[in-house]
Amino acid sequence: MSSNQNILVKLKQAGFRINDKWLVKGVTLQIEKGKIVTLIGPNGSGKSTTAKIALGIYKKIDGEVEKYTNKIGYVPQKISIDWTLPLRVNDFMTLTENLKAETINEALSLTGVIHLKDKNLGDLSGGEFQRVLLARAISKKPELLVLDEPVQGVDFTGEIALYELIKKISDELNCGILLISHDLHTVMSATDHVVCLNGHVCCSGTPIDVAKNNEYKALFGEQASQILTRYEHRHDHIHTSEGEIKKN
Amino acid sequence: MLDDFFIRALLAGLGVAIVTGPLGCFVIWRRLSYFGDTLAHSALLGVTLAYTMEFNIAFSVFIISSLIALILIQLQKRTNLPGDALLGLLAHSSLAVGLVVIGFLTFIRFDIMGLLFGDILAVTVDDLLIIWIGGPLIILVLKLIWKPLFASTVNYELAEAEGLNPDRAKAIFTILMAGIIAISIKMVGLLLITGMLIIPAAMARNISDSPQKMVVYSIIGGVLSVILGLFSSLEFNTSSGPSIIAAALFLFILSLLNIKQSIKLKN
Repeated sequence: MSSNQNILVKLKQAGFRINDKWLVKGVTLQIEKGKIVTLIGPNGSGKSTTAKIALGIYKKIDGEVEKYTNKIGYVPQKISIDWTLPLRVNDFMTLTENLKAETINEALSLTGVIHLKDKNLGDLSGGEFQRVLLARAISKKPELLVLDEPVQGVDFTGEIALYELIKKISDELNCGILLISHDLHTVMSATDHVVCLNGHVCCSGTPIDVAKNNEYKALFGEQASQILTRYEHRHDHIHTSEGEIKKN
Repeated sequence: MLDDFFIRALLAGLGVAIVTGPLGCFVIWRRLSYFGDTLAHSALLGVTLAYTMEFNIAFSVFIISSLIALILIQLQKRTNLPGDALLGLLAHSSLAVGLVVIGFLTFIRFDIMGLLFGDILAVTVDDLLIIWIGGPLIILVLKLIWKPLFASTVNYELAEAEGLNPDRAKAIFTILMAGIIAISIKMVGLLLITGMLIIPAAMARNISDSPQKMVVYSIIGGVLSVILGLFSSLEFNTSSGPSIIAAALFLFILSLLNIKQSIKLKN
């Protein structure tokens, strides 16, 4: 039973549709404490939708969602903040929970944006804002962290550093992480489970260990290959432009 | 002291300004100014109801405004019309129906101008009680729902995902809006209530860099507008409601100077 107690959220044949159009369906996955689940798939394949189902943002869904935690940190993919709001980074950090100043400072330092603490949110660059979003999500010390393309707009060196940070957070907080990758094949090597979506679960599995693979070392560089890896996979079916699924 | 009509007017105005300050900030942040207008227009229907059924005016305005807000939410769910069209539909039709009903009630003499633009100088001790009990109550409830309401104003999905229940906060906020309209209708009138909500908050936006500061400045702006407006209405013998709103506009124009300076500093 001990493994059951580690489950944070569980999707059983979950799906979501708007009117008659399915955004995603038949998704079964679970996120456990200390584990990283990575979602990959092309644009419009239902990655963000799946995350929103897991978070309970979408309520009228098919299938089942069982959530066993309320301590959640979320980094949405797109966040449209109304810049007419006078909002500094420091105010944004306490948006959903009151935190001590030192907790805020610690989180902002971890993601490398402590110098922006008193800046207006509207004045940040895309990459800076992404780091603030991540800092806010981790500052609450959540049990479940949902990161929807958390490194978009961050330069490559910064991307590696943030992935390292995510790995560190996962180890330190022992929280479960649902990570959505913006790359079809590159995932964090710390990922325990990869789910490839395209309107449904195309395939899932574990990433290969590239730290040992010289070809990838050459591709990513020494440091990066320790944190990033490839998820090599082939599908036994194709999606036609009409949205039908054909077996190969 | 309460025997003096001017003291009563001042107390009523101040009581309302303290509440419209923070609510007005949310009206601006959530882009609800036209929504406020709609609720205010529907208040006329509430007033006619109060006269015919011999209810308390504030109470029946509160009921009718809440009802209109509920109808709006239902229409938003069930039709494909855009939000502003629905608001316009409700605002003008409820105003029209209110005026038609007044036409039927020939046996009661209505002070239409007073309803539309406020008659703060006719504030009674009962009105003061409603303002000074209802007002703090609205503030207290707003303080309780501040976190989820503010978080969902910044980003709805973030608030929902992290378990703050933004839908409930929004529903409660709508009721608070109906509440402030009910207690302030006598002071500024139904055509100018939204002005009292928006203008001090807009002024505050120009001079603040955090939400808390904006709320505080918005309250101060509202209070100053009431004092300035009432004294000038006494001095120049003008209607109280428009005088207060004009004073608020004056403060807003002053606050624009601050923007110019900060832009200069940035360059």
